[in-house]
Amino acid sequence: MLTINEIQDEIIEEFSVYDEWLDKYEYLIELGNSLDIIDEGQKTPDNIIQGCQSRVWLDAKMDSDGTLNFKADSDAIITKGIIALLIRVFNHQKPQDIIDAQLYFIDEIGLSANLSPTRANGLLAMIKQIRYYALAFNALNK
Amino acid sequence: MDIQQIRNDFPILGQKIYGHPLVYLDNAATTQKPQCVLDSIMKFYTLYNSNIHRGVHYLSEKATEIYENARLKVKEFINAKSRTEIVFTKGSTEAINTLASSFSQRFINSGDELIISEMEHHSNIVPWQLNAQNKGAVIKVLPFNDRGELLIEKLESLITDKTKIVCVTYASNTLGTVNDVEKIIKIAHSHNIPVLVDAAQAIQHLKIDVQKLDCDFLALSGHKIYAETGIGILYGKEKFLEELPPYQGGGDMIKNVSFAKTTYAELPLKFEAGTSNFVGAGSLHTALDYVDKLGLENIAAHEAELLNYATQKVEALGGITIYGKAANKVSVLSFNIDGAHHYDTGMILDKLGIAVRTGTHCTEPIMQHFGITGTVRASFALYNTFEEVDALVDGIKRAKKMLVG
Ligand SMILES: Cc1ncc(COP(=O)(O)O)c(C=O)c1O
Repeated sequence: MLTINEIQDEIIEEFSVYDEWLDKYEYLIELGNSLDIIDEGQKTPDNIIQGCQSRVWLDAKMDSDGTLNFKADSDAIITKGIIALLIRVFNHQKPQDIIDAQLYFIDEIGLSANLSPTRANGLLAMIKQIRYYALAFNALNK
Repeated sequence: MDIQQIRNDFPILGQKIYGHPLVYLDNAATTQKPQCVLDSIMKFYTLYNSNIHRGVHYLSEKATEIYENARLKVKEFINAKSRTEIVFTKGSTEAINTLASSFSQRFINSGDELIISEMEHHSNIVPWQLNAQNKGAVIKVLPFNDRGELLIEKLESLITDKTKIVCVTYASNTLGTVNDVEKIIKIAHSHNIPVLVDAAQAIQHLKIDVQKLDCDFLALSGHKIYAETGIGILYGKEKFLEELPPYQGGGDMIKNVSFAKTTYAELPLKFEAGTSNFVGAGSLHTALDYVDKLGLENIAAHEAELLNYATQKVEALGGITIYGKAANKVSVLSFNIDGAHHYDTGMILDKLGIAVRTGTHCTEPIMQHFGITGTVRASFALYNTFEEVDALVDGIKRAKKMLVG
C-alpha cells in the first residue's frame, strides 16, 4: 500500500505530461467518469457539501483493517475528477495518517485555484470533511 | 462605430490569458474601463485629492466641484428634474438598501404588501425582505413566463389597497429581458403606488429618461457603465426623498447636531453620510461623457447585432438550451450545454481565455423557475466583436465535445 505522499507524487508525475490546460481537464473528466460514486441512496442531505457553483456528496466508512473508505460524487464533472484524485490519495489510509497529511499535489498540478474559498465548488469543504471523518473515526477507535 | 478603435481605448482588452487573447464576455457583472476613465481617476488623485464639502481651501473646492458636476452630469444623463434627486451611493445594492430602509420606516406597516418581480437580482429582493420582516409586511411576486417575460397583465390582480411599492428590474441580468417598465409604472400609478426601477442592467444599454418613464425611484451602478467600482446612484422624485428619513447618520448629512436634537441636511446630502467617493463620482462623469460621445443608440445597436449573431450561432450548435427568449433583450445570453454542468463549461471556456459567468447570477428565483442550478452567461458590451462571438461559439463546441461527447 502506497503512503499518502507516494500517491501524491504519483499524481504529480502523471500530470507532468500535460502542457495544455484542456488536456488536464480531459484527464480529470476521464477520472471523474470512472469515479466509484456514492450510492444514490447515500446522497442524503447529511452527506451533501453545498458549494454555490457545484455540489459535492461525501460518505466515509471504516474497513475492518482500520483504514477509511470514502465515496463521493459531484454534479460537475471536473470537480468530480478532482474528487477522484483526492479519494485516490486518502482511500485505504489510516485516520491518523489522513489527519497528519500535508496536501501538496493540488498545488503542484496547478489546480489550487479550484480550492480557493471563493470558488464555492465544495472542494475545500470536502477536504475539511475528509479530515473531520478521520478525526471522528480516530476518536471512535480509541 | 469603429470597434477596433474603441478597443484601443480599453487597455485591459489587449491581454493574453493562458496563451489566448482575452475574450471578455462578463460585462453584465462589470464593464472594463476606457483609458479616459483611468486617466481621470489618476488626475483626481494627483491634482485634487481632498475631502469634499468640508474645506474652505482650494483643493476641497475643486474636489467638491468635481463631485457636484458629476451629479449634474447624472441628472442630465437620466433627465432628472433636479440635482437634488440624485443621491450618490456605492452602487445599486446600496441604493436599494437605502430606499428599502427609509421607505419602509416611513411608509410600511404591519400587514402591508410589496410587489417584487420573480426575475429580480437578490439585491432587489433581500433588502425588501429584511425590512418587510421587521414591519410584518408581505412580499407578493409578479411572475414571468418560460420565455422570461413578465406577466404584466397579472399586476393588476396582485395590487390591493395594502400595496405600498412595486419593485422591478428594467433589464434582467440573467435572462436579458427588457421589461415594459413604463406599462408597469402606469398600472401602479393608477393605484397611487410608487415604483422602484432597478436600472443596473439598463443604464449601459438603454436611453433612460426618468421623467418620461415617470418612475419614482431608480437604482444604478457606475461600474456597469464603464466607471469605477464603488459609485452608484439612487434617483428619487423629490417629493419622496423629502419625506423619507435618512438611512445612515454621520458627517455631511446633517445641518445641526446636538444631543437633544439633530436636524438633517438638505437633499441630496441627507442621504450621503460620511466622506463621499468624489473620485468615483468623477469617474462616472467621465464614463458618461464617453458613452455620450459614442452615442448610446450606436452602442445598443452594436450590442443587439452581437446578441443576435451569438444567439443564432449558439442555437445552430444544437444540444444547447437558452434561457431568456424575450422579444426585447439587452445583450445577455444565458445557456446550458444539455447534459453538462455550467461550472464545467465555464472552467473550460476560462482556459480558452473566454471570461463568462456561471452559476445563479444572484437570481436564485429564476433558477427555481426553470428547475436548474445555474447557467453560463455571456454578456456583450460596446467593445466586443463578432470574432469574439466566434471564439465563444468555438469554445462552447469544444466544451460540448469534452463534456458530453
Ligand atoms: C439587475 C441588477 N441589480 C442589482 C445589481 C447590484 O449591483 P451592485 O453589485 O453594483 O450593487 C446587479 C449587479 O449584478 C444587477 O445585475
